[in-house]
Amino acid sequence: MKKILIIGASSAIAEAAARIWAQRGDQLFLVARNADRLNTLVADLRIRGAAEAIAYPMDANHLERHAGMLDAAYAGLGGLDTVLIAHGTLSNQKECEASVELMVSEVTTNAVSVMALLTLIGNRFEAQGSGRIGIISSVAGDRGRASNYVYGSAKAMVTAFTSGLRQRLHRSNVSVTTIKPGFVDTPMTASLKKGPLWAKPAAVAAQIVKAMDAGKSEVYVPGFWRWIMTIIVLIPNRIFNKIQL
Amino acid sequence: MPMNIHGWGRYPRIEADVLLPQTNSNCARILQDTPSCIPRGQGRSYGDSANATQVLQSTYFNHYIQFDASLGLLTCEAGVTIHEVLDLIVPRGWFIPVTPGSSYVSIGGAIASDVHGKNHHGSGTFSQHIIEMQMMLASGEIVTVSRAQLSDLFAATCGGMGLTGMILSATLQLMSIQSSQIEQKTMPASCLEAVCAGFEENKGSTYSVAWIDCIATGPKLGRSLLMLGEHAVTGGLDMTPQKPLNVPVDAPDLLLNQQFIQLFNTLYYQKARLSSSQQRLSYGAYFYPLDQIANWNRLYGKAGFIQYQFVLPSAAGVQGLRSILKTIAASGKGSFLAVLKAFGEHNTNYLSFPMAGYTLALDFKVSPEVIALVQRLDAMVIDMGGRIYLSKDALMSEATFKATYPQWEQFEVVRAKYGAIGKFASQQSKRLGLQ
Repeated sequence: MKKILIIGASSAIAEAAARIWAQRGDQLFLVARNADRLNTLVADLRIRGAAEAIAYPMDANHLERHAGMLDAAYAGLGGLDTVLIAHGTLSNQKECEASVELMVSEVTTNAVSVMALLTLIGNRFEAQGSGRIGIISSVAGDRGRASNYVYGSAKAMVTAFTSGLRQRLHRSNVSVTTIKPGFVDTPMTASLKKGPLWAKPAAVAAQIVKAMDAGKSEVYVPGFWRWIMTIIVLIPNRIFNKIQL
Repeated sequence: MPMNIHGWGRYPRIEADVLLPQTNSNCARILQDTPSCIPRGQGRSYGDSANATQVLQSTYFNHYIQFDASLGLLTCEAGVTIHEVLDLIVPRGWFIPVTPGSSYVSIGGAIASDVHGKNHHGSGTFSQHIIEMQMMLASGEIVTVSRAQLSDLFAATCGGMGLTGMILSATLQLMSIQSSQIEQKTMPASCLEAVCAGFEENKGSTYSVAWIDCIATGPKLGRSLLMLGEHAVTGGLDMTPQKPLNVPVDAPDLLLNQQFIQLFNTLYYQKARLSSSQQRLSYGAYFYPLDQIANWNRLYGKAGFIQYQFVLPSAAGVQGLRSILKTIAASGKGSFLAVLKAFGEHNTNYLSFPMAGYTLALDFKVSPEVIALVQRLDAMVIDMGGRIYLSKDALMSEATFKATYPQWEQFEVVRAKYGAIGKFASQQSKRLGLQ
């Protein structure tokens, strides 16, 4: 039975992962902003088989609350061996171009708060000499593109940070899995037009759980995004600058 | 961003804003901002009953709220599907008390369509097993509805095609099982009289349904395979998960042509006649054979199909069915899958479909000739005092609807009382002349 902390638990991908863990009978500590939604999740996950499900309302941007939350997770579950960090917002690129304040706040939500959490969790797991950490980054972090480079650069920071953390924690028997989803059909992307490249949260979550179980370093979900992004990254700038992506 | 949406029959289609509330307050705000919309679940009703330019889709209302495994009482949000419910309850010795032929319908959709199953003669419709439900009215107010509380709204909502409000959650009384398997007995019937007699003789059977060959004519008219089912008592509660096959693209128009269907029907009938008549199946294979083929609706090609399901009252009897089957066989538009079932008594909901008598469901690939055929069949059904199932309908006229659902006026009175008039409307409700 695993003791799992999920931050951003009400996101569609995290919720789908939580359902898989619940069915396995794991213990869950769920963090999200909205207390009502957390209570809904707790009841649901218990019925689905979770040995324990504890709600902890918190805004990840309140960095000063992270340490207390982590203490509560350790106390509530009697330890911790798995963490999934899944919170984030899909920034509106056009609005971020017009507002420094919004751009900074998007980077705080999608990168700074994640790195703050990872700093504390990394130290704890390093000290206990075990643990699995999964972080939802994005394919958008592989190369900045005109259509969403604010979100993309925040995710690039997360990707680089987790790469370094992984290297550091490798000797401590802690796995750090950087997860790069492509297009996923969730409330976050409800306003976007869907096509054949889109995946469902349940399918994406199943791949995430599998990758974390295996202690993978970096996964694209679905896997075909590895090839799409390889090509996008290889496009020379003189061509890249002229196309729309 | 508008999407092209449609029912399971993929006809008709409409450009729609798909609104996806995540919380009750979110849902209330959407209702406030939207002049008119229709609740939508999994889009598994066949015609246009969940089509509108704005649809309020229950996708994210997919949580369990309470499960009492000793009493078999389950409370869940309306967007949970029967498929998911079965995954939860079967291993614990419970089953859904009434199930339609697909498990991919939502609980909210099952209530709004007041679906029936192969046990209608014994267990009635889905809503008859609902203890209570919570729904959101046009105003955004949340009310608890049951046979005792706001009973008029309960009767209008069960079978009410989403036209009274948004169902948020429901409490369902499950049925106890000892095994996840079904004992099936297959009995060939050489003609219509034989299969109808078979239904009468096997009223004590928990489940009964007949596959009927709509192409056979003359003395073979109505030849059928009557399939009876009982929950097994041994074999355990194991689930046998199967990955469904998929139909990845629209089938070419030639695939389901008349000769092919004729050949299939003959082979299917002869195979059953020759092979053993007793079989033990997983519940999935018994109740949901078509769920094993994801997107089977694509087999009917791009134009889509109509599933035509009507009921004739007992008084119209075998003669009535015979005249309709003759018309279908003569049209040469006979369908691949035709299903016959003897219904039990009707319930007191205003728009619930079943009534004591025989119901026949068949698929027609959409074409101008089929639309004309359906109009001829509608006229025969009205004449004989029957009616068409709203969850399958895509073509019925206002006059046919109002003649065959006599309680439509009371339905409208209840809708007016709870502020639903105008606020909840679908392509279908407009066609049928509901306000």
